[in-house]
Amino acid sequence: MALLTLRNLSVGYDKDIIVQNLNVTVNAGDYLCILGENGSGKSTLMKTILSLTPPIVGEVILGEDLLRNEIGYLPQQTLVQKDFPASVFEIVLSGCQKASAFQPFYSNADKETARRNMERMQIADLASHAYKNLSGGQQQRVLLARALCATKKLLLLDEPVAGLDPKVTNELYDLIQRLNKEDNITIIMISHDIGAAVKYATHILHIGQHIFSGTKEAYVKSETGKLFMTRDAT
Amino acid sequence: MIETLQVYFQYPFVRYAFIVGILISLCSALFGVTLVLKRFSFIGDGLSHVAFGAIAIASVLNLTNQMLLVLPLTIVSAVLLLRTGQNTKIKGDAAIAMISVATMAFGYLIMNVFSTSSNLSGDVCTTLFGSTSILTLTRNDVFLCVVLSVAVVALFILFYNKLFAITFDETFSKAIGVNTDRYNLFIAIVIAVIIVLAMKLVGSLLISALVVFPALCAMRLFKSFKAVTLFAAAISVVCAIAGLLISILAGTPVGSTIVMMDVFAFSVCYVFDVIFSRL
Repeated sequence: MALLTLRNLSVGYDKDIIVQNLNVTVNAGDYLCILGENGSGKSTLMKTILSLTPPIVGEVILGEDLLRNEIGYLPQQTLVQKDFPASVFEIVLSGCQKASAFQPFYSNADKETARRNMERMQIADLASHAYKNLSGGQQQRVLLARALCATKKLLLLDEPVAGLDPKVTNELYDLIQRLNKEDNITIIMISHDIGAAVKYATHILHIGQHIFSGTKEAYVKSETGKLFMTRDAT
Repeated sequence: MIETLQVYFQYPFVRYAFIVGILISLCSALFGVTLVLKRFSFIGDGLSHVAFGAIAIASVLNLTNQMLLVLPLTIVSAVLLLRTGQNTKIKGDAAIAMISVATMAFGYLIMNVFSTSSNLSGDVCTTLFGSTSILTLTRNDVFLCVVLSVAVVALFILFYNKLFAITFDETFSKAIGVNTDRYNLFIAIVIAVIIVLAMKLVGSLLISALVVFPALCAMRLFKSFKAVTLFAAAISVVCAIAGLLISILAGTPVGSTIVMMDVFAFSVCYVFDVIFSRL
């Protein structure tokens, strides 16, 4: 049973179509990387999957055992967050906010979930630290822990390593891979980093002038893949 | 000095002024943190000018209860202003500037053309700087203020966690299914209520101070959202009380004195922050 299906999907803003006619199936346990150049519609596609932007044509179908509010999301950081006064624990806990039920305060179970996810991201010792004073890599771990509070099944990551140095980037990639392999969380990640995509992902979705969707192995052999990889190397 | 104060506190209007002053400074500080962080610092200014225009209309129409006109108009403007934050045609700050000068000019214009009062510039000055209006509060004013303030504080506590989540990262909240538009609407309405209430205290020109300064003071010293919120509320109430006391004893205008206290508190916090971050 597919976790997520994109059927005849065209996405864009207002009436302008950026990506046309996508047909993609994501199964539980997949690690899908979305590649493409700037402005090719990667973020818009992700927002459409999250129902933040309505699809222009086609539909996003969630698998039977995946609810709308069971998707964890790691958005790109915003300017507002740069100097936001908040402790790490406050932010991670906000991943437990319930959409439907009226529940003004977090339960002890929520706090436990938040603590467990901070340990998973190895940031438990930073709980009372100020978010704005953390390094870029630590901040991403905080936001990842928050996303994990919202899901056990599917994580959507929008360029999680943007602006991080190579060492921290690799650590974060390893962490994400462990979530995928050990906890069987399905990953859909937007990336600029084709090397990492080919190294970690099981499936690739390449959008742009040529659309490719399939396994990593097929992508490496495909024309689109070859073109993109050689261009990236130079 | 204490004797002088005792004499003053025998007058109900002085006691009313303190009750209203404390409640309004508390409410404005609580939501001020969210507004400052959402980059809506100037919405207080914009909305208070809308309220000024509405008051002008109400006084020209000779309405006995001005609130009936002022509150709905301000709420509508708040909703429109906060909505343009997401719309790209006119950017948020430009929209605020537009609405605030337009309504203010309109208000002064109709006050001038259809003037019913013999002391026009006095009326305008009172509305803009709240110079004496807080000392002319009636029992009903105080009652309304208490009810609305209690409601605002209760709503703040109930929605504290949601407010934090949405202020920090609206996209994330929306992605996990929270109806953020509804909460933004709610914030807009509450802000409008606070502004209309606060006009009595400091007048429409100085309202932004009540909204912005406590939050900025707290953000200098504290790093968690809860601490910032609590400290902002506390410092705002302290400044309001100090401002009221000084204005009574020294005979200075209430609104500007309170704002000066806020400025003073901010400089103290700033110095503290500089000293402690050096250590």
